[in-house]
Amino acid sequence: MRGKDLEGMARRIRGKVIEMSHRAETPHLGSALSCVDILTAAYGSVLRIDPGAPADPGRDRFILSKGHAATALYAALAFHGFFPESLLDTYASHGSRLEEHPTPNCVPGVEAATGSLGHGLPLGLGMALASRIQERPYRVYVTMSDGECNEGSSWEAAMMAPAQGVVNLCAIVDFNRWQATGRSCEVMALCPLREKWQAFGWSATEVDGHDVKALAELMQRVPDGSGKPVAIIANTVKGKGVSFMEDDNNWHYRVPTADELSAARKELGLS
Amino acid sequence: MAPASSRMRDVFLASVLARMKTDRRLFFLSADFGSPVLDVVARDYPDRFINVGIAEQNLINVATGLALEGFVVVAYAIAPFLSMRCYEQIRVNLGILSQVRPLNVNMVGVGAGLSYDVSGPTHQALEDLSIMRTLPNVEVLSPADGASAGAIAEYCLEHSGPKYVRLDGKPLASLYETGAAVNVEMGFHEWRRGTDVCLVATGYMVHTALKAAQILEAENLSVGVVDMFALSKYKASELSDVLGHYQTVITIEEGFVGKGGLDACLNEALGARGGQRVHALGLPSRYSFRVGDRDEMLRDSGLGEVSIAAKARECLRR
Repeated sequence: MRGKDLEGMARRIRGKVIEMSHRAETPHLGSALSCVDILTAAYGSVLRIDPGAPADPGRDRFILSKGHAATALYAALAFHGFFPESLLDTYASHGSRLEEHPTPNCVPGVEAATGSLGHGLPLGLGMALASRIQERPYRVYVTMSDGECNEGSSWEAAMMAPAQGVVNLCAIVDFNRWQATGRSCEVMALCPLREKWQAFGWSATEVDGHDVKALAELMQRVPDGSGKPVAIIANTVKGKGVSFMEDDNNWHYRVPTADELSAARKELGLS
Repeated sequence: MAPASSRMRDVFLASVLARMKTDRRLFFLSADFGSPVLDVVARDYPDRFINVGIAEQNLINVATGLALEGFVVVAYAIAPFLSMRCYEQIRVNLGILSQVRPLNVNMVGVGAGLSYDVSGPTHQALEDLSIMRTLPNVEVLSPADGASAGAIAEYCLEHSGPKYVRLDGKPLASLYETGAAVNVEMGFHEWRRGTDVCLVATGYMVHTALKAAQILEAENLSVGVVDMFALSKYKASELSDVLGHYQTVITIEEGFVGKGGLDACLNEALGARGGQRVHALGLPSRYSFRVGDRDEMLRDSGLGEVSIAAKARECLRR
């Protein structure tokens, strides 16, 4: 997709995510909005994956380790043709395949059961190791939250990947600086985050996590020639895209009213 | 012909090593835990052996990632750490995910029950049978000697699905002549047939049960002994048939009693029949900080052969 199309896609995903949260009365809207541009870059321009053959062994793997942002993943997958968009309207309703946290095989394109934090990176590491032995040059992208970097299991994998010389693994941290109940650099000594990944042996870069083009360029350069796994620290704003939600952590749990939904859609140029 | 005694770990790993050569899909992960056979695996198959570090959570998820890509994975660690340090990883990846994605991950834990006796309660595994049995989709396997450990190894590598294999930490006397005598899919083996009482045991306690049966036999009591080596997937109706004619069934496990381990397994299997009494023997629900050797600790908890024989007599008098 081109720049303008990508931007339009990001706005569509945001609008849908807000609508799904409103309709199903589910939380984590701020967390979903902060990673929309990462998903847009991934599915719109980086991933070598065919929605018509989502289980192709040669595909790039994408794991949304921050499973609580599932609405953004579902919307991105539907808008890229992995499953009919009408399924999004069933989200979190009785009998639907779309749960609040993605379950494996719920829809094509979902690689793992996420939602419990700290699972995606070691899982992706296993997949990346498999590609090397099977000589299938796919890449594995794991999108994590900054809060998820609280989990020790994330760092177990972070230490192991460089030791194994894994280069086709890319961790993208959606660094929106909030976790459920506080600032992520205050709850734990998370900062300086890029330097931490670097010290763990990763090729770590910071980027504006809402600049789809810049994100896509970095993600496309995996492996990046450094001989190390790649960490992208995506500086983001929680609730990005809607003025009254941006950087307001109430939207970790708040559900938008009908008025707020229409105001948000208007801001996004969708009404 | 089996040797007089062997380490389950050695027999299990020898099976794995032999398969590494012929099966390119086999991948071995260790959480910084070794053995002489494993040194050979690491040396000969460096591309399919990884020490994931002292990091059990990592062990389970990396194993799952490899299994999703088609590898048959052995994940090897000390039993209490393998079963408890990363329980939620096991639940999410091997319990939940495996229900919809075929996965062959074999968690192999060494240190069943009190086998790491002087290491203390941090290294003993008294909860693993019950917590692993709680998980849907995870098979629980508990061999009693080297040959049965070897048979279970072959079964694990051939059958998909997540499994927890509980291996003893000490060399144990051989019971089975060869692994071929062990029908893993049946889930149990009838060692002796009797009429009065049947002792159903798992792991090391099978050895003790056989000794207790000898004591009782000398008193003209007719005693059966069953080795229950599969605790979640077994042929329940066949087991029920074997146990059906006994007045009394006594379960014996080297784990906390009444917590969902072997005793619960037998209650499940015999529940439908009704009327039959299952008496459960195992360790009391408290940790022991007294240093002692395994048999001494077991005797202190009423799990020596003399106490077991006494319990059987008591049950029969009722």
